Amino acid sequence: MLDFIARRLIAIVPVLTVVAIFVFLMLRLTPGDPAAVIAGDNATSDQIAQIREKLGLDLPIWTQFGIWIGDMLHGNFGESFFFKKTVVELIQQRLEPTLALSVCTLILAVSTAVPLGVIAAYRQGSMVDRVVMAMSVLGFSLPTFVIGYCLIYIFAIELGWLPVQGYTRIGADFGGFIEHMVLPSITLGAVYVALIARITRASVLEVLNEDYIRTARAKGLSNRVVLMRHALRNAAVPILTVIGIGIALLIGGAVVTESVYGLPGLGRLTIEAVLSRDFPTIQAVILLFSVVYVLINLLIDIGYTLVDPRIRY
Amino acid sequence: MSAVTPEEVVDSAAIASAAGKRRSLWRLVIRNPSVIVGGAILLFMVLIAVLAPYLGTVDPTRIDPAARNKKPDTEITFHLDNGQTAKRVVWMGTDSLGRDVYSRVIYGTRVSLIVGVAVSFLSIAFGLMIGLVSGYVRWADGFIMRIMDGLMAIPGILLAIALVSIWRTGLVTVVFAIAVPEIPRVVRLVRSIVLSVREEPYVEGAISVGTPTFTLMMRHILPNTIAPLIVQATFTAAAAIIAEAILSFLGIGIPPETPSWGNIMAEGRTLFRVFPHNILYPGIFLAFTVLAINIIGDGLRDTLDPKMSKKV
Repeated sequence: MLDFIARRLIAIVPVLTVVAIFVFLMLRLTPGDPAAVIAGDNATSDQIAQIREKLGLDLPIWTQFGIWIGDMLHGNFGESFFFKKTVVELIQQRLEPTLALSVCTLILAVSTAVPLGVIAAYRQGSMVDRVVMAMSVLGFSLPTFVIGYCLIYIFAIELGWLPVQGYTRIGADFGGFIEHMVLPSITLGAVYVALIARITRASVLEVLNEDYIRTARAKGLSNRVVLMRHALRNAAVPILTVIGIGIALLIGGAVVTESVYGLPGLGRLTIEAVLSRDFPTIQAVILLFSVVYVLINLLIDIGYTLVDPRIRY
Repeated sequence: MSAVTPEEVVDSAAIASAAGKRRSLWRLVIRNPSVIVGGAILLFMVLIAVLAPYLGTVDPTRIDPAARNKKPDTEITFHLDNGQTAKRVVWMGTDSLGRDVYSRVIYGTRVSLIVGVAVSFLSIAFGLMIGLVSGYVRWADGFIMRIMDGLMAIPGILLAIALVSIWRTGLVTVVFAIAVPEIPRVVRLVRSIVLSVREEPYVEGAISVGTPTFTLMMRHILPNTIAPLIVQATFTAAAAIIAEAILSFLGIGIPPETPSWGNIMAEGRTLFRVFPHNILYPGIFLAFTVLAINIIGDGLRDTLDPKMSKKV
């Protein structure tokens, strides 16, 4: 097991290296002097010269990459000239809404999608199954922001049940925090639910044909026990895999959802940074999201052994 | 009359049966209810895009300060270029610059369909080339796949946002920015097909009689990738149309001079509470188009690629 974790950890090194090379090259591929691009429009030539020296822009490109990656590994993501802060401070400020949104969405999506998928598989071909499958195609087809604005229109403007936009910090007012999280989580969760429900259905359907399911039924076990303990558990690996892959959708969707609901999170920060061509921030955010995505999938790989003891590494 | 050798007889029979198989598969495809329903909606959208100038539209970029923020179904007085005025009912309303939302939505169909087709084409073309090389040229495989894994580790929309931030915004850059994150998926698909096909007896047979690598690829390996790639292309097109809408909606996609569903909605964001129509109408068009393509994709997958349909 430890051997497996070690091997997997080593395997993510080349992946993250490619990501790092891409992120590093971003600034070099954009037209113009990188130092001037980082410094922004209102910079003095002194400032530009300072940045040039700090990044080692006069050195060969491999040395530059070495300096840059060293900075990254030490948690030094540079300074945002547009926001007049270090990138680390900026990310710390914006982390909470994104983290809260992702966790709420993940909980909401998994706890609705998995039961829906199991029921659809159990009642294959029935009305319930068709509705779930139709909703799933719809979930893939409706863009996040269209869902978002429809929900705002119905539940916030017409009915007035929930706030339209904005964010309340979790520590400041927990009730307000939940109120502000309901619509964004449903919005962001829609496509995720569609994806997970689909895979759950397919995966459970396959397992339901197995002999041990018939045996379990023959023993007189209740439907609930058969479905949950025998079917779902055996069908869990593809479901977990898709939850992991879906994190990419979740991250992309968070950028949009935060814009729709005015949440001051990392997604919003990404867009602000792109609009103001604030490259140190863009680079740091992309690096951060990619590392998180890769690590979550690593954890899920390791998690397979917990749900399915047949898998031994 | 020339003599017919036995090989030729076998050959032509095999070709005839293969062609027949292809034809019957095609018949299955066009009889699939999902493909018919989705195809009908998509055809309707294509017609809208092509016939945009003849559908009672006006110049979608025409700014009219006197007719700003009109609700749907209001009558406005329209100033013609020759100084005369005409009455006109704006049945999808106007935006905050007085542009006709109906005309913008109709013309926006063009952008979305172009993006869908162009992104599928580009990602399949590049993915196919790289995938064939990766699956067939052993020494290049490891290197290519590490790069693909790296690209896939960056969430798709984020990679597109990063690429847009490097290049200037515009239709071409948006298409490329959306296509790049799709390429690794195609590469993986093609590579896995090549890897399984190259073990088949007919490929080994072809190698043993000395078929040149290029011919081998084109005649024996490439045809196996067509069906899965058609399925992949439809889903990519649907995803690309959504991605373009997202980028334009966020203000980093297609500039507002070219109407696209995404940037019409972006315009409507600030005044959404009062004038929801700016977001509603393009949203409906967008949802229907993407839905149609996804339904076609489902139908194609069921008929062309039964192995894959069992999985999902």
